[in-house]
Amino acid sequence: MNARLLPLAGFILVFALLGFGIYWSQRHDPREVPSPLIGKPAPQFSLPLLDDPSKKLGSAELAGQPYLLNVFASWCFACRDEHPILMQQGKRLGVKLVGFNYKDPPDDAKRWLAQFGDPYDVIVADVPGDVAIDFGVTGAPETFLVDAKGIVRYKYISPITPEIIATELLPRISLLKKEAGQ
Amino acid sequence: MIEHAAPTSSFRRKPESILTLAVKDPGLRRDGGKWLRAVVMALLFACTVAHAVDPLPFKDRAEELRFQALAKQLRCLVCQNESLADSNAPLAADLRRDVFEQMQAGKSDDEIKTWLTARYSDFVLYDPPLHAATSLLWFGPALLVLAGALAIVVIVRRRAKAAPAARASTPTDAGDDW
Repeated sequence: MNARLLPLAGFILVFALLGFGIYWSQRHDPREVPSPLIGKPAPQFSLPLLDDPSKKLGSAELAGQPYLLNVFASWCFACRDEHPILMQQGKRLGVKLVGFNYKDPPDDAKRWLAQFGDPYDVIVADVPGDVAIDFGVTGAPETFLVDAKGIVRYKYISPITPEIIATELLPRISLLKKEAGQ
Repeated sequence: MIEHAAPTSSFRRKPESILTLAVKDPGLRRDGGKWLRAVVMALLFACTVAHAVDPLPFKDRAEELRFQALAKQLRCLVCQNESLADSNAPLAADLRRDVFEQMQAGKSDDEIKTWLTARYSDFVLYDPPLHAATSLLWFGPALLVLAGALAIVVIVRRRAKAAPAARASTPTDAGDDW
């Protein structure tokens, strides 16, 4: 009797495995590259400002307060979806919003910002894309939350949505503020 | 700017021309092994040379081959089913340039891989290293084979035990072997 049930048990086992596979893959993006930088110091960098390439801004100047580094480019279609969200909520995040213009001719970036608006407190330009590689950037948009000590606390790949701001960014930002208050 | 240019090489003879020659050659039956070797070698060289995407100033052929071998073990982060050697994505070109510059600086393959995984995690390696998170990946197949072998042993033993008893009680074949 038991031996007759064995194939059924095997079938249920395989079925459960497949079901778990579907369940898992719907909640996890297999293409997402996990960032090894989380919990580690952000790379040291110093990049020219988009508005004024003679001035530089980098990790040294940004140290001391938390900031949100948002990788964007005028060639990036998904950035257009993200941009209105940053325009609406960027100022309400409570942290400095640093634009990271990635592999973009400065004139294109300026035209793009004139067209869609500029939500950033400051924008650095990485035309060759070297600093982006140090950050492990795979494309745009990507967003890094860096704390006052320069530690990367969170990374989000793909456009930021109001849900991501509410569930992922704001709780982490308020945590950083609490840490700073202590 | 990234220029895309296929490198030229004396090794890049069309394999078909050798094949046609091989077919026409009356000595093929006598000397088939030699021809087969020639064809296989020609195909091998065609593969190794055809993959370089951008012209990098290699100092010699050994360095170029080392670069190609390394780039093939690395995954492009943009077109994730392509290796760094094959991809046309701008990021892949940047990473190839970085890998090349580190080779020039005398870094070993392992040092370059460590540099890349510090930025892009093990995801960038096609050959995942063995640690706790990848242990199931490494040993899972062996475990499955072991479980299968165990199941076979149990079934065979049970049948061996049941067979003499069955023969004694019911000498005729019931017809439901399966």
